[in-house]
Amino acid sequence: MNNNFVIAVYVENKFGVLTRVTSMFTRRGFNIDALTVGETECPEYSRITISLSGDGYAREQLINQLRKLYNVKKVEVLDSDSIKRELMLIKVKNSSETRPDIMSAVEVYRAKVIDYTTDSLCIEITGDPTKIDAFVRLMQPYGIIEMCRTGVVALERGNSTLLDK
Amino acid sequence: MKLTGAEIIISTLIEQGATDVFGYPGGQVINIYDALYKYRDKINHVLTAHEQGAAHAADGYSRVTGKVGVVIATSGPGATNLVTGIATAMLDSIPMVAITGNVPCSLVGKDSFQEIDITGITLPITKHNFFVNKVEELADTIRLAFQIAKSGRPGPVLIDVPKDVQVATYEFEEQSVVEKTPMPKASEAEIDAAVKLLSEAKRPYIYIGGGAAGLGMGGKVLALADKIDAYIGCTFMGLSAISDDEPRFLGMQGMHGHYASSMAQKDADLILGIGVRFSDRATGNVSKYAKNTKIIQIDPDFAEINKNVKVELGIVADVEDAFDRIAAKLEAAKHDEWNDIVNAYKAKEKELDAEAIAAAGDALTPRKIFGVINKIKTEDTIIATDVGQHQMWAAQLTHFDKPRRFASSGGLGTMGFGLGAAIGAQVASGDPTVLITGDGSFGMNLNELATAVKYNIPVVIVLLNNGVLGMVRQWQTLFFGGRYSNTVLDRQTDFVKLAEAFGAVGMRATTEKEFEDAFNKAFTLGRPVVIDTAIDKDEFVLPMLPPGGSIEDIITAVQK
Repeated sequence: MNNNFVIAVYVENKFGVLTRVTSMFTRRGFNIDALTVGETECPEYSRITISLSGDGYAREQLINQLRKLYNVKKVEVLDSDSIKRELMLIKVKNSSETRPDIMSAVEVYRAKVIDYTTDSLCIEITGDPTKIDAFVRLMQPYGIIEMCRTGVVALERGNSTLLDK
Repeated sequence: MKLTGAEIIISTLIEQGATDVFGYPGGQVINIYDALYKYRDKINHVLTAHEQGAAHAADGYSRVTGKVGVVIATSGPGATNLVTGIATAMLDSIPMVAITGNVPCSLVGKDSFQEIDITGITLPITKHNFFVNKVEELADTIRLAFQIAKSGRPGPVLIDVPKDVQVATYEFEEQSVVEKTPMPKASEAEIDAAVKLLSEAKRPYIYIGGGAAGLGMGGKVLALADKIDAYIGCTFMGLSAISDDEPRFLGMQGMHGHYASSMAQKDADLILGIGVRFSDRATGNVSKYAKNTKIIQIDPDFAEINKNVKVELGIVADVEDAFDRIAAKLEAAKHDEWNDIVNAYKAKEKELDAEAIAAAGDALTPRKIFGVINKIKTEDTIIATDVGQHQMWAAQLTHFDKPRRFASSGGLGTMGFGLGAAIGAQVASGDPTVLITGDGSFGMNLNELATAVKYNIPVVIVLLNNGVLGMVRQWQTLFFGGRYSNTVLDRQTDFVKLAEAFGAVGMRATTEKEFEDAFNKAFTLGRPVVIDTAIDKDEFVLPMLPPGGSIEDIITAVQK
């Protein structure tokens, strides 16, 4: 059965570590939907958040292959009810006929217009990836000029940290 | 004591117990070679003909001693020439440390002369690698490299050291040899689960691989097999862990495995795998493998559990500790029915052997060659091989008495591995060393004959010369309608003269008697010898599981 899941990886914050992780994915044939990386509460570690879809076998192999990498400190599959957020910047065509609809959508989705020209609008939106997907679909008829998404970052609920787990 | 980076490198190698290192000098390692000169009383350096040979020699050194092999090469082409050797060690989980020089930090990234990103190149073929840009970190990085190389599932580690770091100076203080990072111990629940499965088994088969051989577990495995009335088979990498004299040991299983070993594994109701990875060459068609057999797998590597085959119980832990605790908890058992089944397979295997011997007539066959080698070689003799038919014959027909006496490229299947490995093995052990090779493989790295002669390393090279690339030819015969595309060598090389030109001894044998005389003489000569033996180009390696086939499809004879 194919499922979407999110894996959080603590890696040593060193030169070349991301390459080691991504090269392993290529080598072992893992298909990743999204990958983000950034600083954490501990300066010596970076946190990589990987979202992918696959069966149980793929998930188990991916985790085990990650754990083998020397610079990898911790690998955890996040609970399915974890808090997942993604940020997107999306530029859509701006015209007097479509503007009111776009602005309503921005309001309903709690997005923000961050740039405005006579013929384009740039909107910032954060949320669960499914919300972002829905917003993209909604904007399609108005003409998407350009967009970029950060990929998911995620934390488990409650007061525990992955490093303590 | 203040030392240069280059001196720190060599001092740390000495500190970590390296007695012999293999390598080749060049522009960006001159300082390291200068340090080797300075410390020449404490560490021996073997200059090979090619960096690939040096990497294989470091690998051979490790295979027969269990120690970490060390190879040194310069930047650029020196480093890239190590790649096949490092990959070979990676696939067979051999502990190795490769040290490469690189251009000074100020020239890195500028496509400078002989600059290459060797840490990038070796990323997927090392257990880990390092680029050291600070002399302060050099000694500890080398210590860490040794620790990573030998801990858990062993493997190669590369350290790239720019020239300015070799020149810079820093305090060096000798430390002790680094210990392996301890593996977590198996839980009581895991041990109990394994004991339960093994107690319930009626037809137990203990399956040992390189992981068990590397830990020298042969004796323990044998004792357990005796206690619970189990049979033992091994992977290619498990060869020589247990003496072939042992009736419980059925030999190698798999694509070219022993008939009885492969068949017994098929009939087993429980396989206890120790340090095995169920490679495609061992399992054949994995969807048909061990369908009615429960598998317990003990391994230091998480990623090996359920990677190739689904197991009933996977224990990722300190392998020896887990095994000892399982063995201690098991009650003695008897399985008469199982003995009957296995004995029938053994009898059938004997029959097949007898048929093969009868069919050979007077011709010089691999079987006869190995008969002679087994008769003359000592218990300590190391058998190194290249890759191809001769390798499989060596695996099937060599009689091993002691552990760590077999050096052969299993996972990567590296033609050209053998001579370098034999040199490394002989230098490391001082024991008699025989290289079994073919004319194809030998042609790849025979330049190392020069090394054997230079240092008078008495490797006896038995060249099974059939004028063809025999293993590929065998497939072409069986599965490609006899279309011998580019497998007929037809090279006209005179290997006796070639040996003499290198300063080695050349001999030729076309009959069993001639071979026995030649091998007898070569074995005690104390010099590198090439014995060119003529074998038939259509001699097959049998039994064989056809590609994509399973044990049910085993081919035991081919009508020529």
